[in-house]
Amino acid sequence: MAAARIRHMLRTQISAFGSAPAPVLPRAAAKHPERISRRAESITVTDPKPDARPGWVDQMIRVRDDRSEDDFVALFDHFAPRVKAFLMRSGSDASLAEECAQEVMVTVWNKAHMFDPGRASVATWIFTIARNKKIDVLRRQRRPEPEDLPWGPEPEPDQTEVLALQQETETLGEALAALPDKQRQLIEKAYFGDLTHSEIAAETGLPLGTIKSRIRLALDRLRHAMQQKQ
Amino acid sequence: MTEPTHHLTPQLLMAYSAGTLPEAFDLIVASHVSLCDTCRAELASYDAVGGALLEAETDGFRGIELDASSRSDVLAAIRNEEPAAPAPAPAPKCGDPRVPTPLAPYIGGGLDTVKWRSVGMGVKQSILPTSPGATARLLYIPAGTAVPDHGHNGTEVTLVLKGAFEDEDGRFARGDVEVATEELNHTPVADISEDCICLAVTDAPLRFKGLLPRLAQPFLKI
Repeated sequence: MAAARIRHMLRTQISAFGSAPAPVLPRAAAKHPERISRRAESITVTDPKPDARPGWVDQMIRVRDDRSEDDFVALFDHFAPRVKAFLMRSGSDASLAEECAQEVMVTVWNKAHMFDPGRASVATWIFTIARNKKIDVLRRQRRPEPEDLPWGPEPEPDQTEVLALQQETETLGEALAALPDKQRQLIEKAYFGDLTHSEIAAETGLPLGTIKSRIRLALDRLRHAMQQKQ
Repeated sequence: MTEPTHHLTPQLLMAYSAGTLPEAFDLIVASHVSLCDTCRAELASYDAVGGALLEAETDGFRGIELDASSRSDVLAAIRNEEPAAPAPAPAPKCGDPRVPTPLAPYIGGGLDTVKWRSVGMGVKQSILPTSPGATARLLYIPAGTAVPDHGHNGTEVTLVLKGAFEDEDGRFARGDVEVATEELNHTPVADISEDCICLAVTDAPLRFKGLLPRLAQPFLKI
């Protein structure tokens, strides 16, 4: 299958989730005032690096292509604490989470050649590395991965596709932030708590059927938010 | 290759993305996704949700800080690293094109060299080695044969590798998955034209309705 068709499918799928409707819901505005106001103005005017695209993609590409340590440090300062927190929420103690977070960031450096901004945002790519580390170290389990696709001859995806993917990713973040607290917390627990739905039920005291329907509701809400934007 | 028409549930794709499934379910999700571009794209969207959660400043992330030496340790590590080796060659493909790539290491050769054990009425199985929490097995259903009527205490996911079967929920051909929960009592019947081989994963023992299969169950690890 042509890489272009897959890329298009990826984008279409992600846009099925993302994007809060305008005007941005009050909760998101209250939580991330700096983000909202920056987006309200033109990014090219207020961003400290006028040519920088959102979502760390330029830094990651300079790490990949130029082996830029400065950009790696910027990525490290942003993502390493998040990865450590993610691992601690997944049941790791602080010292193991620290060790694993460092290893994840070393992997980001060593596997930078595999980063493809047409396939995934920087945050998504680092999330998958951190998740695999969690399965390997915390759960001590093998992780069967799907067969990788042949991505076609052109190494660089179309720049408009890259930009579209980054924008979808950003709006997805806003839509998540705009979810009602209870729904967002359930999705966070499902991803970061390392809990099955039954275990979430035990922890929250909610019946299993309620958990499943609330997660479904939260996902439906994300999809709906995106459709309104389109 | 024709695209599958029966897909994984959002719950399974999301849990695979989150990395919270037992290995046997990871295996069947990865195997289906290898055959199904629709689920591959949907899985990417769940990975994107994970990325968005990592990027967001969620409540549970506050107050967690790195060790003081963290950044300098990592910088030292990447500077000491050997020059990047060329990308490793992709894992050798299984000789049998009917076996999805993620499944190949679990069964060694191809479908023709599987060591089957009879479970009665011509149906055979082979349990695959995975970590506890769920069981993965290959099922061999001779053409025209019915698997004994059974319900489930937990979830049973079945991926067709060869041939096809039909039950109360429809017809399932190569690449299709059926996700059966507690509510479903079903009697899968293989197509008359061809023997059917499936990958089946369960997180709890099956419940057979007839007495004989029920008595045999503890011995057969069904």
